[in-house]
Amino acid sequence: MALDDQKPSGFKFVGTSPDRPDGLDKVTGRARFGADAYAPGMLHGAVVRSPHAHARIIRIDTSKAEALEGVKAVVTRADFVDGLQGEFGFVLENVMAGEKALYDGHAVAAVAASSQLIARDAVKLVEVEYEVLPHVTDVDAAMAENAPVLNDSYADASVPAGHHPNVVRYHDSGHGDIDAGFAEADLVIEDSFKTEATHQGYIEPHACLASLGGDGKGELWCTTQGHWIAQKTCAALVGIDTSQLRVTASEIGGGFGGKTTVFIEPVALALSRKANRPVKIVMTRSEVFRATGPTSSTSMDIKIGMKKDGTITAAQGIFRLQGGAFPGAPMEFSAMCAFAPYALANVHQVGYDVISNRPKQAAYRAPGAPMASFAVESVIDELCSQLDLDPIDVRLKNASREGTKASYGPKFERIGLVETLEAAKAHPHYSAPLEPGQGRGISCGFWFNHGGETSVSLALSEDGTCQISVGTPDIGGSRASMALMAAEELGIPYENIRVTIADTATLGYNDVSHGSRVTYASGLATIKAAKDAVGKLCKRAAAKWGIPEDAVYWEDGCAKPSGANAGNFDPMPLAKITKSMGRTGGPISGHFEATPEGAGVSFGTHIVDAEVDPETGKTAVVRYTVIQDAGKAIHPSYVEGQFQGGAAQGIGWALNEEYIYGEDGRLQNSIFLDYRVPVASDLPMIDTVIVEVPNPGHPYGVRGVGETGIVPPLAAIANAVSAAAGVRLRHLPMSPPRILRALKDKG
Amino acid sequence: MQYHRPTSFNEAAALANQATGETRFLAGGTDVLVQLRADIVTPDTLIDIKSIPGVGDISQAPDGSWTIGIAVPGAEMREHVQLGQDWPGLVEAMDLIGSTQVQGRATLVGNLCNGSPAADSVPAMVAAGVELSVTGPTGNRRIAAVDVPVAPGRTSLAKGEVVSAVHVPARGTNAGDAYLRFIPRTEMDIAVVGCAVNLSLDTEGTVTAARVALGAVAPTVLLVEDAANALIGSSLDDKALDRLASAASAACNPISDKRGTVEFRTHVAGVLAKRTAKIAYARAQGENT
Repeated sequence: MALDDQKPSGFKFVGTSPDRPDGLDKVTGRARFGADAYAPGMLHGAVVRSPHAHARIIRIDTSKAEALEGVKAVVTRADFVDGLQGEFGFVLENVMAGEKALYDGHAVAAVAASSQLIARDAVKLVEVEYEVLPHVTDVDAAMAENAPVLNDSYADASVPAGHHPNVVRYHDSGHGDIDAGFAEADLVIEDSFKTEATHQGYIEPHACLASLGGDGKGELWCTTQGHWIAQKTCAALVGIDTSQLRVTASEIGGGFGGKTTVFIEPVALALSRKANRPVKIVMTRSEVFRATGPTSSTSMDIKIGMKKDGTITAAQGIFRLQGGAFPGAPMEFSAMCAFAPYALANVHQVGYDVISNRPKQAAYRAPGAPMASFAVESVIDELCSQLDLDPIDVRLKNASREGTKASYGPKFERIGLVETLEAAKAHPHYSAPLEPGQGRGISCGFWFNHGGETSVSLALSEDGTCQISVGTPDIGGSRASMALMAAEELGIPYENIRVTIADTATLGYNDVSHGSRVTYASGLATIKAAKDAVGKLCKRAAAKWGIPEDAVYWEDGCAKPSGANAGNFDPMPLAKITKSMGRTGGPISGHFEATPEGAGVSFGTHIVDAEVDPETGKTAVVRYTVIQDAGKAIHPSYVEGQFQGGAAQGIGWALNEEYIYGEDGRLQNSIFLDYRVPVASDLPMIDTVIVEVPNPGHPYGVRGVGETGIVPPLAAIANAVSAAAGVRLRHLPMSPPRILRALKDKG
Repeated sequence: MQYHRPTSFNEAAALANQATGETRFLAGGTDVLVQLRADIVTPDTLIDIKSIPGVGDISQAPDGSWTIGIAVPGAEMREHVQLGQDWPGLVEAMDLIGSTQVQGRATLVGNLCNGSPAADSVPAMVAAGVELSVTGPTGNRRIAAVDVPVAPGRTSLAKGEVVSAVHVPARGTNAGDAYLRFIPRTEMDIAVVGCAVNLSLDTEGTVTAARVALGAVAPTVLLVEDAANALIGSSLDDKALDRLASAASAACNPISDKRGTVEFRTHVAGVLAKRTAKIAYARAQGENT
């Protein structure tokens, strides 16, 4: 899109922060989430899960469960489609095990009964005979020579010869001459890092209500970030035509990437088909932890060379990601994002996707990037420290700019990294004095952002109000942003617009709410749909005035003649046109559908102050500032909310959140008591600075903001903690036992 | 499941004595109901003891000792000004349990009889020298809080026995208690190590009596005599505190689990013992901490 297509300035609605349209429903409990759906004759489903990390399923005897009064159906893998290939095959294998249970919590059967209690009892009556097999849950152990083999057919052609079958995909990229680059350096640091798996930790567990008849027509209500992908996947897994399954997305109590796939939905559909009754399934928290997608755990080696003046001469990274029992760990994103903030002549990155006996990883906010950034930015921090250079100056010196050849290949368009670094340097936080025992950390972070398939419909009502149907579940206040952008185009008040998340039967395909794409892509489509409607409004006014269409333009919610030559008519407001639209040509709507490709990458810089108790290893984050390029903030308050949310989740990941497995391969901490997300009192007020360097690919300059905010925190906090503790921490989370251990080892 | 709501402890004890299978007493329900819903325990008999007269009362005897009803929730202990002045450590330990909502229900006796080694109020009760009245099929007896837990999830109470009151000693002069726990977060967590200290001083500030209790570092709460002896006769100088820390760490017999390692718990027990003793000492000297 050309820059001159962009609205230059002078926004009336965009850039304000009105209350969200769904706010009252959310605070009064009227909003309907996944578990809030009921149907006449509804049954309750429950899932039988493997207690073993790795086991061959010898036999499943469902007869006792089926004999229990109130049990209406029991399903196993035999009740799903056979022979699915590729990602659908992996998803099916994950939602219902076939020959082997591949992790603790892997579904092996499911029941539907007339009450939740009966379903729970019936689960215990399903007899599963297992042959327990050796298991592996650690990424390095899973790649080792004699590691247990999960599946010897998952590796694709990208994997070079000589690797263990658990290595299923391989990535290698970069440019320049690494060895020559390292030779130019005054200081080269090479170090290894590990991060543990974390869960997205959404408050709302997965929940759905499914109904599927013998005629192959179905209905599904579920909490999801993308109901079209749920539709497509579920239809494939239960063997019906995509269009015969109508999926409605409930309000969503958090997703963060974890609700971009399906878990219980196909199971509920299969149970419903077998019982011929609607079936509802609601996961427990423990099921969410054991059987939905956490992020990958990682093992990484980083080597960076720097000159005395701070110039980075070469950078190399090896990123090994374990993504559970199936291919898909986002190691290429780790590799591609790792060095993206820097203009490097010589860079090389390698990624390994490794399978292990853990639940199938799912996307988590900038998948793969935060861990890579932790490792890289830790080494840069160490280089700055040893060369006695200011960490912001060094980053400015090496920063990617417009025209830089990115570490992952393409040339950057207009980007705002330098602006975030300059804002960080000027921020009072950066020069504030530190108390004894405190340390300050800096990190940059990058995320691609995404466009994706998008369609939006907009319809005007006779009274001059507007309804908009979008297909991207509102996970971050997007209804407010859509209404603001439509208000801007139509020139009618924000309050006169209602935005609805349409179901799969009432709108064309929409990609998932992921990739920080919604305000960008659905926003772009909303603007274009509004422009489409405006064109029709102008046409009606032109007809009324008896002048050519191109002699009418739209301004401040009115059609106006374009000049004295066009005629002398009073401006015609939108409501006046819509009042008579039934007689002047029929309903007025606007539509837009496309796969926009100008998402515009986003960079951020974080400043963190941390305080470490040297006697217990406990860390307090005492001050935090997020500076990020939003392109153009449509609703600044919700943009800040995204910045703060990313930082908050990053604090949890850096300090205490982790999947802990026992020797038996079972998850030890599958409740929120022991999976330690930060509570409100753990967090400081997270300060924000919105930098606005317009994205050339969006009419208003929007860049996605949802994900970049979780990329810098791990490194920024690790750098702050390392400074405070006087010892480099290379293993996340930096829990008190790990910090105390590091302090003792330092002596 | 049989649900009963007796109106006396004798009736409660008789019901429990006659019951077969799994029996649970229900007061606050913050453990029992959670375990029920999580499918961990489904009792055959559930005996709700909240309707017994007096179970919600906090009263002080003329000698200064306190009796706390078995259904008094943490929130009411916290709001009881006089109890808080006498036993700030016991009240703060109880107050650390769970959320505001949980505080409206959770009780001292429930925390004790749930049998968790990490229970926050238990070290504080043990340091304070709390005793309990127990009603059984053959009558009443009195038992020290320290003697109730025998193993994780198990108590010394016999079949048909129910705790019927909590007795906290008179505070006395120049005395104070305190409780600290280590958690990686700031609240809503479970103790990785807990430590309670209860001290009495003479007018010169010399420790004349001490009780030091540790939680979450052994299968049951520990009353550490060596740690107490490290303080008695001292005015809490650095050497006494170092001896205290060593004794506390030496008494630990923890496990490594998802919440902390043996090494970590053993070290932090000593750190916490020092910090807790300092607060108790300041309180004994009349400082409002």
